[in-house]
Amino acid sequence: MTRLPPQLWLGAALTAVFLAAALLSFLWVPHDPNALNIAAKLRAPSTTHWLGTDHFGRDLVSMLMVGARTSMAVALIAVGIGIGIGVPLGLAAAARRGSWLDELIMRGNDLIFAFPSLVIAILITAIFGPSATNAILAIGIFNIPVFARVARGSALTIWTQDFILAARVAGKGAARINVEHILPNITNLLIVQGTIQFSLGILAEAGLSYVGLGAQPPTPSWGRMLADAQTMIYTEPRLAMVPGLTIVLMVLGLNLMGDGLRDMLDPRLRRLREGAA
Amino acid sequence: MFRYLALRALSLGLSLVVASWVIFAMIELVPGDPASFMLGLNAEPDTVAALREELGLSGSAPTRYLNWVSGMVTGDFGRSYTYRVEVSELVWERMQVSLPLALFALILSTTIAIPVGMLAASRRGGIADYGIMGATQLGIAVPNFWFAMLLVLIFSIQLRWFSAGGFPGWDQGFWPGVKALTLPAVALALPQASILSRVMRSSLLEVLHQDYIRTARAKGLSMGQATRRHALRNALIPVLTILGLQFSFLLAGAIIIENVFFLPGLGRLIFQAITQRDLIVVESVVMLLVFAVILVTFLVDLAYALVDPRLRRRP
Repeated sequence: MTRLPPQLWLGAALTAVFLAAALLSFLWVPHDPNALNIAAKLRAPSTTHWLGTDHFGRDLVSMLMVGARTSMAVALIAVGIGIGIGVPLGLAAAARRGSWLDELIMRGNDLIFAFPSLVIAILITAIFGPSATNAILAIGIFNIPVFARVARGSALTIWTQDFILAARVAGKGAARINVEHILPNITNLLIVQGTIQFSLGILAEAGLSYVGLGAQPPTPSWGRMLADAQTMIYTEPRLAMVPGLTIVLMVLGLNLMGDGLRDMLDPRLRRLREGAA
Repeated sequence: MFRYLALRALSLGLSLVVASWVIFAMIELVPGDPASFMLGLNAEPDTVAALREELGLSGSAPTRYLNWVSGMVTGDFGRSYTYRVEVSELVWERMQVSLPLALFALILSTTIAIPVGMLAASRRGGIADYGIMGATQLGIAVPNFWFAMLLVLIFSIQLRWFSAGGFPGWDQGFWPGVKALTLPAVALALPQASILSRVMRSSLLEVLHQDYIRTARAKGLSMGQATRRHALRNALIPVLTILGLQFSFLLAGAIIIENVFFLPGLGRLIFQAITQRDLIVVESVVMLLVFAVILVTFLVDLAYALVDPRLRRRP
């Protein structure tokens, strides 16, 4: 058994803490995250309020826990969209390398890349109005070309191998080869890329809800906590520090985990990741 | 070389056309009539009709699309409903903030990242390398708008070196303008510089393992000389790619950062336009941003050809 890379341990531990907090928030939170209690506003950290309260007297720990749920759900579903649509497209493009289909899919990818992700989000919000669902859509669309590219690129190298030739001689069609032979061989890469896109999704969700395009009140979200804190930064910098550091730790955890997974699953991928960042 | 240029230019043109379809179609998707959307529920029917006429909404979709595109090509972006001025005028005014901001950030991140990446690569496995890799890992994880708040907290509130936001305008002189853009540019540059240093490091490490570097060393060149004369140019190719990609991130980031610092740039314009349902402005600014990204990608392709002569011959 090979030793697990240390950053994998650290990253997985950080991620597990946030995941546990998000899951726990369904069952229990220290206080109601939406309960306004002006009498208890701007309390410093104490045994009742571990990280203190905001300017409406809301408990920061509870808001962070429920916010973790929003953040993770948005980022995770967006990764799901990217994998669900991007991977089949990438595999189809690789199977028909050089065909009009390949060309069409790859140029479509380039087109999506030409739209800055936030601009897609802005367009979607301009049309359908701001909400967590539209944030998912905006981040998810941007994930599609990423996964399509990763899938196509890695599938292309596998298509040249002998065991694929053997499968074709055995009479298997392209679709079956994709599912039975290509997909299992690129799963590692997809997991690593998924971790990276998940962490980018957390950052994107925070940015979108910070500018008011993400989850709408009363749903707590990390980005909006920062937006609220901005007006208070002169008097209560703590309100900006707490959610900000939470985002940093969450993203750091995911990135470390991604790096660690990559090193564990395939050391040759090191360059690919650095280049794709 | 000519063939390469021509193909690149063709793909640039095609991307722009398709992008304009997508944007136009998305704005067409806006539920209901844009005119009544803008005027609200209580608008009189004849006011709505008058606005439809003013916005050029009365024709069929293909006619409106052609009007919009031909207008943009000739520099006529239409008229903003809320600001009551030409959109081109608005965009030009706001661009004088956004463009310098993006360039400032780009220059900052490149001038920091390339030497830092080189340092990490040359001290591979040493303390400096570990320190740089740790710091860049952190830099990637920090949301730039939060970093912007921290900068305000430290440099505006505590130290009072910079103002916490706003823009004096270039007519107040060059330095006051640069000063107002410094904190936003630093905030924008941090994550980009972190990514870029990592790319620079790994790309340089890769190149330094090539045979021609060993040959250069065998000829008696020092590591520094071999790096400067042979490795750097080759290591810069992936850096250029990422730099091109980052331009799109910089633009997106600028939209958020402008909100943190209350800068009157394109980002603020687009947000105000959305809240006021000024769809002509949204449509034109989005098209402009996409145009900028596609153009930069094109320029990066051209830069490849300059850095890597092999690409000039390839179609």
